[in-house]
Amino acid sequence: MIREGFRSIGTHGFMSFATVTIIMACLIIMGSVTLLSLNIDRLIKGLENRNEVVAFVEDSYTEDQARALEDQIAAIENISSEKFVTRSEAFDTFMKSYSSDLAEGLDDQVLRDRYVIHLTDIALMEQTKADLENIEGVAKVKAHLDYAKTFVTIRNVVSVVSLALIAMLVFVSIFIMSNTIKLATFGRREEIAIMKMVGASNGFIRLPFVVEGLVLGILGGGLGYLAEWGLYELLTKKLVGSVAGSIFAVVPFAQIALPMLITYMAIGVFIGAFGGVNAIRSYLEV
Amino acid sequence: MVEMNNVSMVYESSGTEALDNVSLSIRDGEFVFLVGPSGSGKTTLMKLITGEIRAKTGKVVVNDFDMRKIKRRKLPKVRRTLGIVFQDYRLIENMNVYDNVAFAMRVVGARRREIRQRVPYVLELVGLEGREKRMPNELSGGEQQRVAIARALVNNPRMIVADEPTGNLDPVRSLELMLLFEKINEMGTTILVVTHEKELVNALSKRVIAIDRGHVISDGTDGYFSYEIE
Repeated sequence: MIREGFRSIGTHGFMSFATVTIIMACLIIMGSVTLLSLNIDRLIKGLENRNEVVAFVEDSYTEDQARALEDQIAAIENISSEKFVTRSEAFDTFMKSYSSDLAEGLDDQVLRDRYVIHLTDIALMEQTKADLENIEGVAKVKAHLDYAKTFVTIRNVVSVVSLALIAMLVFVSIFIMSNTIKLATFGRREEIAIMKMVGASNGFIRLPFVVEGLVLGILGGGLGYLAEWGLYELLTKKLVGSVAGSIFAVVPFAQIALPMLITYMAIGVFIGAFGGVNAIRSYLEV
Repeated sequence: MVEMNNVSMVYESSGTEALDNVSLSIRDGEFVFLVGPSGSGKTTLMKLITGEIRAKTGKVVVNDFDMRKIKRRKLPKVRRTLGIVFQDYRLIENMNVYDNVAFAMRVVGARRREIRQRVPYVLELVGLEGREKRMPNELSGGEQQRVAIARALVNNPRMIVADEPTGNLDPVRSLELMLLFEKINEMGTTILVVTHEKELVNALSKRVIAIDRGHVISDGTDGYFSYEIE
């Protein structure tokens, strides 16, 4: 019966081709939207990371005293990294950024030692700012709460839109794929009726359809995955060479290759095998 | 064998009473014609035998299986004791003659060696030797029906049930087919043929069961067509 399933793929060549193509196309569309969302999410996270929080140390603290605060700062939960910047380093940066005329007659003592801090989640920026302000020796904390709120809003909107879009595509794709399988089996209702009449059990009738569905699903999933990979590499290569490529780094395919492969295969196998069984169910009631 | 005692069948969807208190008996090795006009209940009777529907009342026993009590998953067991032939042949278009017949053996789990031995034998029996590679659309109606008979016969059934098997054939081919059924019957297989064709029935002096409006109106073993079709 397993051989029957393979044989059937050949004897119903056009419908097999149509099923594989539809599964492949649906997976490419779903995968592309998922990859786009993933990259947008990564881009937002990248921009969020540029939104630094600066904690200024009390003027009266010596450099050693200021450095000693690092453990307390690092202990705050939402802080992903902190970098100590001495007042002279800060002054040098200032001099490089602005006209030296502005700083004429000033020395580095006008600035404070500071910590440049990056957060794990900028949605919690307000709480983290308060935690920093509570540390003795921290004179002031500069945090762009308004920017943070904007980023959080954008990120939330993008997440919701992406999820809704992906869910919609999954629903539409499953509908299209299962209908294609239904259409493929509709042409074989006569065959199923004959099988029933010669005394084939439902299990015997189902098994070749399961095998056939599995093979077509795996083929559709595998080919869809390869096509997605090729498309993604092609697009990212073009992007890297363009202006957009200098703004943000795309997610490398290697990083998502395994989960994508598993997802594509799982969808292919599920839709192929269960779609096939489901499609012939009504023809078995004879 | 078929035993029907006081069988009634009403289609709930339409309220049509297809069979009303029908009793009949077909013994192993018999050759029986079932005749009657359209809507008389012939098809319902056939479906009761093949297990496509269940009787509401009465008793239906087919080849020792109680068809009113049998579980749905056990139906394939009954069908393996039957060979079913349809008016429209019902061959699989994209399979050649050999595969159409072998297919019936494959789906009941026969071994390959067994299939290789049995299929050529059955094809020779129905007069289709040398046509194994032909596709159904390359065959005449009579030949296609022979393939269908070969398929019905290949699993060595106790009984062949043929529903208007000559409906699409000319008189000569029809008679040839009936003679083939007779030959199969002589080998021990019970034959039940549903037909309208009076000449054909009269040509072979066999038992004739006539049915009309859900009742058996005559059951003669004297071989003549005792019922006039309206």
